[in-house]
Parts: sequence; structure tokens; C-alpha cells
Amino acid sequence: MSLGSQILQYLFTGITVGSIYGMVALGFNIIYNSTGIINLAQGEFVMLGGMIMISLTTTFKLPLPLGFLISVLLVTMIGAAFERLAIHPLKNPSVITLIIITVAGSILFKGGAMFLWGKGTFTLPAFSGEKPIFILGATILPQTLWILGIMGIVVLLLTLFFSFTQAGKAMKACAVNREAANLMGINVKVMVLFSFALSAAIGAVAGIIIAPISLMDYNRGTMLAVKGFCAAVLGGLGSNLGAITAGFIIGIMESLGAGFISSGYKDAIALVVLLVVLFVKPSGILGNKERSQLKKF
Amino acid sequence: MTRKTKVATGVVAAIVVALLLVVSFSVWCAALKPYKVGAVFAITGGASWLGEPERNTVKMIEENVNAAGGINGHPLQVIVEDTVGDETKAVTAVKKLIERDKVLAIIGPSRSGTTLAVIPIVQRAKVPLISCAAAEAIVIPVKQWVFKTPQKDSDAVIRIYEYMREHGISKVAIITGTTGFGDQGRKQLKKMAPDYGITIVADETYGPKDTDMTVQLTKIKGTKAQAVINWSIVPAQAIVVKNMRQLGMTIPLFQSHGFGNIKYVQAAGKAAEGIIFPAGRLLAVDTLPNDNPQKEVLSRYKKEYEAKYGESVSTFGGHAWDALHLVILALRAVGPDRAKIRNFIENVKGFVGTGGIFNYSPDDHTGLTKEAFEMLTVKNGKFVVLK
Amino acid sequence: MGKKNLLSLLILSIVVMILPLIINNPYYLSILIFVGIYSLITIGLSLLMGYAGQISLGQAAFFGLGAYTSGILTTKFALSPWIALIIAIFVTAGVAFLIGIPALKLKGHYLAMATLAFGQIIFIIFNQEITYTGGPSGFGQIPYFKLGKFMLDSDFRYYYFVWIIVLITLTLSLNLIHSRVGRALRSIHGGEITANIMGVNTARYKIDVFVLSAVYASIAGSLYAHFVTFLSPGTFGFSFSIALLTMVAVGGMASVWGAIMGTALLTILPEFLRIFHDYDILIYGSTLLFIMILLPEGFFIGLFNLIRKGNLPQSHLLKKLLETRR
Repeated sequence: MSLGSQILQYLFTGITVGSIYGMVALGFNIIYNSTGIINLAQGEFVMLGGMIMISLTTTFKLPLPLGFLISVLLVTMIGAAFERLAIHPLKNPSVITLIIITVAGSILFKGGAMFLWGKGTFTLPAFSGEKPIFILGATILPQTLWILGIMGIVVLLLTLFFSFTQAGKAMKACAVNREAANLMGINVKVMVLFSFALSAAIGAVAGIIIAPISLMDYNRGTMLAVKGFCAAVLGGLGSNLGAITAGFIIGIMESLGAGFISSGYKDAIALVVLLVVLFVKPSGILGNKERSQLKKF
Repeated sequence: MTRKTKVATGVVAAIVVALLLVVSFSVWCAALKPYKVGAVFAITGGASWLGEPERNTVKMIEENVNAAGGINGHPLQVIVEDTVGDETKAVTAVKKLIERDKVLAIIGPSRSGTTLAVIPIVQRAKVPLISCAAAEAIVIPVKQWVFKTPQKDSDAVIRIYEYMREHGISKVAIITGTTGFGDQGRKQLKKMAPDYGITIVADETYGPKDTDMTVQLTKIKGTKAQAVINWSIVPAQAIVVKNMRQLGMTIPLFQSHGFGNIKYVQAAGKAAEGIIFPAGRLLAVDTLPNDNPQKEVLSRYKKEYEAKYGESVSTFGGHAWDALHLVILALRAVGPDRAKIRNFIENVKGFVGTGGIFNYSPDDHTGLTKEAFEMLTVKNGKFVVLK
Repeated sequence: MGKKNLLSLLILSIVVMILPLIINNPYYLSILIFVGIYSLITIGLSLLMGYAGQISLGQAAFFGLGAYTSGILTTKFALSPWIALIIAIFVTAGVAFLIGIPALKLKGHYLAMATLAFGQIIFIIFNQEITYTGGPSGFGQIPYFKLGKFMLDSDFRYYYFVWIIVLITLTLSLNLIHSRVGRALRSIHGGEITANIMGVNTARYKIDVFVLSAVYASIAGSLYAHFVTFLSPGTFGFSFSIALLTMVAVGGMASVWGAIMGTALLTILPEFLRIFHDYDILIYGSTLLFIMILLPEGFFIGLFNLIRKGNLPQSHLLKKLLETRR
């Protein structure tokens, strides 16, 4: 294998992994924008999406598109229910309280999944075969193309949603200034519900498309959440474009680090870069400095 | 209800409860006192695929033994505690079993790290511990009260290297998971390679939660390795198998005995075909010759377990089977005395378990040799003995 | 230190001293030892979070640095545990200082992320530097503390040793809170810009309290290492940092008393839940959820306020905390 195709292979891997991080980061952003909190149960939405999809398509033999729709719908409902039951009843909670509530939520989701599916590892057949595509000596799986394609569609839909629909614009208004949005007649509490449902949906999509590559078990969520959080912060919290970009940067950093320096230290290399970027530019690559200063947290 | 009647019902209820307690207590005293054995497994958390079959196995044995009249008339009571695979939790769990439940012996923990953490406690409390974890540090040097049932890592390495020497493989790449199991294997693989004329041309690792190992494998592909050894116990090892196929690598893939779970084969799909690995005979019991001394024990365990839990047996549950049966054997012979149980186990000879035929001695608390391993391979999605 | 705190301290000391005489069972004692060890970390974390308003998701790393430094120095270099404990404090303080200078310029979630990243890096180093740390398999045979001829190897002795250190730390921390420094810290929590204008050197105080919390965690780490006598990286990962954060939040962030009680609750609770076997994870999760929903100020402070609702004007700190709500 020539050095050129080796590097190309590293990049392909980085892009595959990075797109996963980016998708998780998108989910973080949506909830952050409307509530100012980091939802530490985001990784569990991803896990639930993957696990439900696996059950529907392998146990109940549903066709892929139908399974996809039902899984996303179910996880969306779980996200909404979580908001109604755990976030909504609070009158005036602090940010830390909300974060701990999402921790409790993630423990519950994890425990529930453990009872439903047991502790085994499951796999989902790839959407269109597992025959690798060879490009200049490097290989890429068709599933990666699916991931990139679906991610593109999600980003496009999100952009359209936030720019052209009433609900999307209202959510954006909440992100800029909650009090002002409230005064303008936007029901902020409903927007919080929307944001949980939406980010659960995005998490579910991420879980479904990565399951054929990464395998799924009840315990998968946490690490994905940590990586996704990294991407969200590196990109500048609240910026969707930043989240995707940062996801790719972290993924590529990791795979180049593993390829040229040490596979044991690959995560550390990416984290050191993250720290340096934060220290130089404290609100992330594409984050807005003034806006982040105005945020209470 | 008036206040008076409320009080009256309360009093009546209290009397009834008290009577029930007295009756049940006297019934309980009439039967012989149960023999209490403790078990500490990683039932939840990151190593739950180890603890789950172990817990299921000991619960099944407990039921069977009690249905058959117990041990010399005493019912067997196995008290199972969860360590979550965490050392701190393992320490408190073992202390609970010793100090509160007053168990006669402890089986487990599932992981090497948790076992090493609880060794000082059982040594001091003088309670026999039979670990279900692999690391050799558990029994080397020999600790008076500590035994283990899984085969030795070094024996697995020897079996792989012997096979390689026979087939003219001298340059290998190793890729190991960063868990206690993978780390121990990596150390043994590197230590013993020179003895078998083997050079390690690549030494890569991956985290237990990684989702893609193509980078490490690409590096291996760039070397002159004639074979890959993937040493890990976590589910992520199946991804290595898939990724090798994705990269179009055709050199043979060897795995460790940590691959001994049919779920990993299912997770890796077609890519798992042809993998070679050393493991206990439990996995390939159907393809064992009938005159194999373990055949009877293995088929019985497999049949019972699969009928009860509706899932495939794994070698990990087998380690718990061996450990608990050793304790039962000792209890039958010497009764409820920790020191006598320890002495008995230390002198067990020719005990046919799922992991092999155990011969313990004062210098050897593993009881197994490299013969406990059989080289297996994957054929049509099943484990079969390699011929 | 106010009269109320002095009284509480006295009561706690008496309870701590008498408790082992009533429940002299090594199992219960060892749980209480862990409560003590973790309390040291959460007292520090509560100073950092509740009083100075800074969040840390990397506290497990300081705990780990203390434990590993102690463990390595005593096993590989045959130093006495006492010397190792002191060197560990300096090592951890140094690392905290270096990481604190740039990190504490960050705010909110960015600071959380930076501390998380730092914690993960330390975790990876524990896993990779096999020569010293034993890698993922960890290492054992760490010696016990020795007090003259007195080996601190039984749960009974170690219990008193740990809790005396906790009481000393608690006294020092209460003194700190009611000093000039404490007032400065609270002013940072109330509003950093305002504090700065009022002439409080916010940057320096923030670093100081960050280093102090790291030192507490380091002492806890050394105490852990010489009690369990075996270390592996798994104990010091991200999930433990989250667990510590949860203990502080459940206890009620704006009080070191809350921190201790939250730690006690969340360390003892899982032991009670053992009877539920696998279901414990669900019960633990729901308990946590209910506490935070019903008593968002924290279990004990919330309970306290609930009982004395109306009679007691909410404490100054609580008010401060309420103002900083989103």
C-alpha cells in the first residue's frame, strides 16, 4: 500500500467517524439553542435509534425505509415524553439542575435498554451491501456514502426548517434571546418541547445509519455523546455548520493521529488540539464570541 | 372508619404479621441451615457480557442442586453481587459477602482488575476465592486463598505461536483492545514471540468503545505481516474483523479465547469465516469426538443452559460453572469450613470441568495446562474444531 | 465561621467518632470510608461550583493523579506513603495550576468541555504509560499508611484516619468561605464583570479555588490508593467525574454540608439497592430524577427549605444561586 493511498484511507476513515460525531453534535446544538443546557442523554437517543431499528428490521422483518421511519418516530416521542415528564414540570431550574436531570435520564434510558434488549451487541445489515468501493488504492464502504448523504439531507432540512417555517423561526428567536422571544408572544416552553423532539429525531437518525458500521449495544451512547459534545463545543455551541465541520476535524485528527503517531494516543491528540483551539478562541471555531458572553452559562 | 377501629385493625395486623414471622422462622430453623456461597460478577456495566452468563450459570446450578436435595441435605444459597466491572464496587461487594452474609467461599470476580483489587481482602479474611478472570497475575505468585478457573493467557499464546510455527508464519501484526484482558495478552504476545522465532512487525491498539479500526489495519496492511492477531474481549473486536474484510486484507486472522462468544461471530457476519483461535472445548462440543473426557460435562451444561435461557453458552459462563462446582465438591467432602474448603480445592485432581481437566496443587492455583485449549475456527457461522 | 456551622461541625464530629462503635462491621465501615474519601473531592467541587460558580467535568482526573502518584511512588520507588501523599499534592496542584490558567478564561460549557478534555487526556495517559501505570490492567500491592508502629490496615483504623482528615478539611473550608476569599468567590459567582469592577482579582481567586479543589481531590486519591491498594484507570474516568458532579448537585451546590450529605446519599444508596439486583440501575436513575425534579435546589437544602418554608428567609447563597438561574 503506497503512502498516498494510506493517507487517503486515513481520511476516509476520519470522514466516516467524523460524520457520526457531527450528527451527534447537531442534536446537542438544537437543545442548547432553546434551553442553554447540554443534554447528556443525547448519546442515548442515538443508541435507542439504532437498537429500535435493529429490532424492527431483524426481529419484525420490516423493510428498511419503514423501519427507519418508525424508529425515528418512536425516539422522537421518547424525546418529547422526556421533556414533558422531566424538564417541563420545573418552574425555574438552574442550568446545573437541568444537566443532572439529563444525566438521570441517560441512566434510565440505558437501564431500560438493558432490560429490553439485554447486554449483547447487535448489528444491522448495511443498507446496500458491504462490498467496499476502491478509490486509488483506498476503500470506502457504501454505508459511509449513506451516512454522508443522509447527513447532508438532515442539514439541508434543518436549514430550511429554521429559515422558512414559523416553528423554526420561533426556535431561532428563542436561541437568540429567550425573554425577548417570550415577550413577542412565542411560547418558549413549547419550543423547548420541539427542540427535545427534534434532537431526539436527529439522534435516532444518527444511530440508525451508523449501526451497520459501529455495532450497537445498550452501553454505546456515552462515548458517542462525549465525542459529539467535543464537536459541538469545538464548532462553537449553537452553530450547526460549526458542529459538522468540527465533527470532521475531530474524526480526521483522530485517524491521522492513529495512523502517524500512535493508535493508543489518538483520542488524546484530538483532545489536545481541542484544548489549544479553545484556549486561543474561547468560543469555538465558528462560535460567536459576543453571543457566548451574553449567555448565562 | 373511626379512630378506634383504625387502631384495632392496626393491632390485629401487627399480631398477624408477628405470628407469621414466628411461624416462618421456626419452619426455616427446622430445615438444615443453607450453605452460603458468594458470587461477584460484572453483571451490568461495560463488561456485562461476562457477568451475565456467569450469573445465569450459578443461578441455574443453585436451582439444580437444591432440586436434587442440596449438599448433604443443606440447601445451597448463592448470593450474587454486581461489581459493574468496577474495583471500588467489587471491594464493597466482597466485604458485604464476607462480613454480612458470612459466605463460605466466593466465586468471581469476572474481570482481572476487580479480582486483583479484592485479593488483599480475601487473603486477610481467609476466605477462599475462585476467580473467573484470566490474568496470570491472579495466581502468580501463588496466593494462599486465591484460585482461578479460566485457562492461562500464556497457554493461549503458546497454542497460537505453535500453530504459526507449524505453518511457517514468522511475521505477525498484533492489534489489542485497551482493556485489562487485551493488555495482558499484548504483554504475553510480545514476551513470548522470540521463543517461537516470531517477529512482531506492528503493535496497534484500540479502545473498547471505538467504532472503526481501519486506520490501525491500514498501517498493518502496509507492513509485511503474514498474519494478524486480534486480542480482545470486548464486542469491538468484531469491528476489526469487518474492517479487515473492507480493506481487502486476505492474511489469516487469529483471535484470542476472548472471541469465545457466538454473538461476536454473528456481529462480524461473513467476515468471521476462517478465523482461528484457541478456546475451551465448550464452544465446539458438537464437533468433539465422543471419547473426549469432557464431552459429557460440556454437552450437559450446554443443553441445560440453552434450554433455560434461550441463548448460546459462552466460555465465560463455563468459568463460573467450574468455580461453583469446585466449591460444591469441597462442601460435599469437608462441610462448611473455609480453611478446609481451601485445602480441599488445592488438592483437587482430575476434576472434569468446562474449561478442561483441573489438577490443582500448592504451586499451581490454575489447575489447567495448554491442553485445555483446542484450536477452533469459524465455519458457516459456527465454531468448529480446527483440523 | 458562624455559630451554626460550629455547632453542626461539633455534631458531625461526635457522630463520626461514635458511629464505628455502634456498627463495627468492616463492610459498613468501608462504605463510610468511601463516603469520607469522596466527600473530600465533593467539598472541593462545591467550593468550585457552588461558591465560585465554575464547573469541572475533570475532577476524577485530579483524584486519579493523586492516587497514581501515591501508588507509583510507593511501589516503584519505595517511598513512604506519607511522602508520596505530599508529593502527590504538589504534582496535582502544579498540573491544576498550569491547566487552570488558560481553562478558567473560558465560561460555562466551554470550561466544562476543557475540563472534560483534560480529564480524558489524563485517563488515556493512565492507560498508555504501561511502564509506570500498568496500563489498562492496573497495578496493585500498594502499601498501607503507617502511623509510627501503628499500621492503618483495618477498616476500623482507616475509618478514623479518613474522617479526621475530612473534618480538618471541612473546618478549613468553612473558614475559607467566611473569610475575605469566600466573599470574593461569591462575588465571582454573582457576576464576574461586576466583581472585577469592584476590584476583586477574579482570575487569581478562580485559579486559587481550582487548585484547592484539585488538592482536595489529590488527597482523596492518595487515601483511596492506600486503602484499596490496587489502581486501574477505569476508576478515574468520565463517568466518575459525572458521579461527583451529581453528588454535589443532589446535596445542594451552595453548601459544603450539602456536598457531604449528597456524597453520603449517593454512595450508600446503591448499597441498599443491591437487593434489587439488575433493577438497581432503574431505581437509581428514577431516584435521581425525582430528587432533581421535586427539589431542584438539592435534596437536603430543598428538604430543609420545605420543612421550614415561610419561617426562614432563604439564605444569601441560595438567593445568589436563584439569581443566576438562566
